[in-house]
Order: sequence, then structure tokens, then C-alpha cells
Amino acid sequence: MAGGQERILRGRIKSMQATKKITRAMELIAGSRIVKAQQRVTAAVPYSEQITEVVRDLAAVGASTDSPLLAGRAEIRTTCYVVITADRGLCGGYNAGVQRAAEGEIKADVLSGKDYTVVAVGRKAEGYFKFRGYTIDRAFGGFSDNPSYADARAIGQHVVSLYESGAVDRVELVYTRFITAGSQEVVLRPLVPLSAETVAGGDGKAGSSDGSGGDYEFEPDPSTILETLLPRYVEARVYAALLNAAASEHAFRQRAMKSATDNAEELIKNLSIIMNRARQDAITTEIMEIVGGAEALGSGKTPDVRYVDLLGASPVPASQHGDN
Amino acid sequence: MAATMTVEVVSPEAVLYSGEATMVITRTLGGGEIAFQAGHAPFLAALTENHTRVFLADGSVEDIAVHGGFVEVSGNTVSILSDAAEIGSSIDVARAKAAKERAEERLRHEHDAEAVSALGRANARLQAAGSLTP
Repeated sequence: MAGGQERILRGRIKSMQATKKITRAMELIAGSRIVKAQQRVTAAVPYSEQITEVVRDLAAVGASTDSPLLAGRAEIRTTCYVVITADRGLCGGYNAGVQRAAEGEIKADVLSGKDYTVVAVGRKAEGYFKFRGYTIDRAFGGFSDNPSYADARAIGQHVVSLYESGAVDRVELVYTRFITAGSQEVVLRPLVPLSAETVAGGDGKAGSSDGSGGDYEFEPDPSTILETLLPRYVEARVYAALLNAAASEHAFRQRAMKSATDNAEELIKNLSIIMNRARQDAITTEIMEIVGGAEALGSGKTPDVRYVDLLGASPVPASQHGDN
Repeated sequence: MAATMTVEVVSPEAVLYSGEATMVITRTLGGGEIAFQAGHAPFLAALTENHTRVFLADGSVEDIAVHGGFVEVSGNTVSILSDAAEIGSSIDVARAKAAKERAEERLRHEHDAEAVSALGRANARLQAAGSLTP
């Protein structure tokens, strides 16, 4: 029984050590990927800044025609939520945060009698919304930790066609914005239609306005350029969101795995103490048993033998000498 | 020596090229090639698949395959924005040739827009890599 407990504890410590090794490895991997993901976020900035500037220049010229992507609709009936999560778990509250934010918006829409649809990006979002019976328009997945521009384009094109077909009147992006390695936040950003302030504000970057929009030459005419440019702009926005989400995912995973490693360490320490105590208890008990047993035996014969040895004479009946 | 201007070729994933140059030649959606030199008037155009040449100040030429996009000229800066662009020296010629043959093969059977643009891309790549004369 006592020895059995020690063995059980030893097994638990061993499995804990194996878990710790895994979580430590995941932590290190995520840590190295954050850097890369962060670089990709910064590498994508020039393009989105430039494209924003071009859109703004075109708008300044007056090309901001009645392109459906810019105009918006008078009545918002259906909102499309593009929910960007990870493909895998083990990243703390990362997926839950995004899903909760999106679900809250959807519930608010349903309560106010509006319609919604979900474009799930990342397997976790797909599973979450499918399991809860929400309408999923389409799911993308398999690239959450390392998105390419082609992935962003697929999502962008799908969203734009959804909007242009009239199936949805508004598209919102729900994703986790990467601020620093230590802080990320879940944000909800309007994607389509591109309102004036979306175009101007973009991702919160102040673009340089040299105000020389008036005397541009165009080839072909401004409206045609804008027409081809706006879908690109949407794609660039989606791409930026995907990269932010990927960097956040790695940051969340690193943090989650770090605390898992720390917890495992703590548990191993506590279990070792308990195990050592159990072993010591077992040893003490054993000694006590031996001493007790010896004494139980000794009360019968030992004094007898000693007496005989000392005197070297003929044995005396034990009952006369041994009295305790 | 000719005056220089700033040239940037930007794709969503990275800034492919950024530096001083004397002239840039690219091709707009209308089908014509257009060259920009320092001090060009503000200009904005949509581009087709093409072989863009950037003439550097030291006389060398940077070849870039640009697969569609936009060019903006303003304030002595030429910015080329492209979904997909490749520096000539990093193009896999064998792969581009194979893609060209595939596209031509498909066009022999039917006329399809995707194959046409695939052919355009392959041609732009090969020209930029210097293994096809325009």
C-alpha cells in the first residue's frame, strides 16, 4: 500500500515530465515563429499603404463614383462576418476571444431582426459555428499559422462576390490585432463597403497626402482603375488581417505553452515532495515494523539467552527473570 | 548624367525593389509600353502582365516580371503595386517555359481567359529572365 502509492506518484511525475517537454518545445517553436510573423506583418505594410494612397488619390480626383464597393446600401439586412481564428487549439484564449466577439455581434443582429452569415477562416471557427448551428456561408482553413497572399485573395474574391451579388449588405472582419508580442486585441473592422473613413483611416496609419491629386493623368480612365483597384484593396486588407491574426496566434500559443510548462514544473515539484514523503513514510513504517516485531519476539527469549551467556551456567527458567 | 527618381516595386508580401533609377518602362492595360523618367507628370495606370525594366543610375538594368497591378507616379516617385511580381534573376526559367508550353497547348484546343493570362505571365517571366526576346 505505501510502496504502491510511491509507484503511482513516480508514474505521474514521469508523464508530467513528458508533457513538459512537449509544451516547452511548442513554446520555443511559437516564439521563433512570432518573429517571422511579425516581419511579414511589417513587410506587408508598404503595399497596403501605397494602395490606400492610390485609392485616396483616385477619390480626390472624383473617381469615387457609384462603385458598389464604395457606395454602401441604404438598408443593411444581412451582415457577413469573416471570423479569423487558428486551425489548431493549444493557444490559450485566442480562438475563444474571437469566437465570443463574433457570436456576440451575431446575437445582437438576430435580436434586432437582421440576418447574418459567417465566413469561417481557420478550422476552429468552422467547428465552433457549425457545432452551434450557425449558418456558415463558406469555410477556409489550413493556413492560419502561415497565410499567403493567395489565401487572402481567395477570401477577398469570395467576399466581394458575395457583396456584389446582393447576398450580403455589409462585411465585417473579426480578428485579433497584433500590437506587440505582449499585447493583442480582438477587433471588429468593417471591410465592405469601403466607406470614406475606411479608405482614409485604413489600419490606423496616417498616409502622406501631397494633395497633388488634381492633375493626374490616367490610363484607362479613373473609374475603370478604381474598379480594378478596389477588389485588390479588399484583398490587401484581408491579407493584413490574416498576418495580424497569425502573429497573434503565435504570441498566444507561446504564452499558453509557457504557463503550461511552468505549471508542469510546479506540479512535478509538488509531486516529488509528496513522493519523497511517501517513501520516507514507507521506510519509517518498515523500521517500526521490524523494531516492533523484534521487540515482540524479544519479550519472549532474548533476556533469557543473555542471562545464560553471562553466567555460562545451566539455564534458569525464563519466567523467573524476564518480567517485562 | 540624367536626373534620377525613386522607384519602388511593391508586392503584398515584400518590397521587391526600391532605389534610384533614371527610367522605368512598363506596360499598361491598354497594351502600350510606357516609360517614365524623372520629373514625369502625376500618372496612374493599371498594368497588364509585362516585363518591367528599371534603368538604374549606374547604367545597369533591373528586370522584373510584373503580373498585373498598378503604377502611380507622383512627386518624382514611381511606385509599382503588384499582386505578384518577381525579380528577373530569381525566376525559374525551366518552370516558366513549362508553364508557357502548357498554356499554349490549352489555347490550341480552346480559347480560355485563364490560359491567355497564364501565357502572358509565362512570357513576362521569360522576358524578365532574359531567355526570350520580345
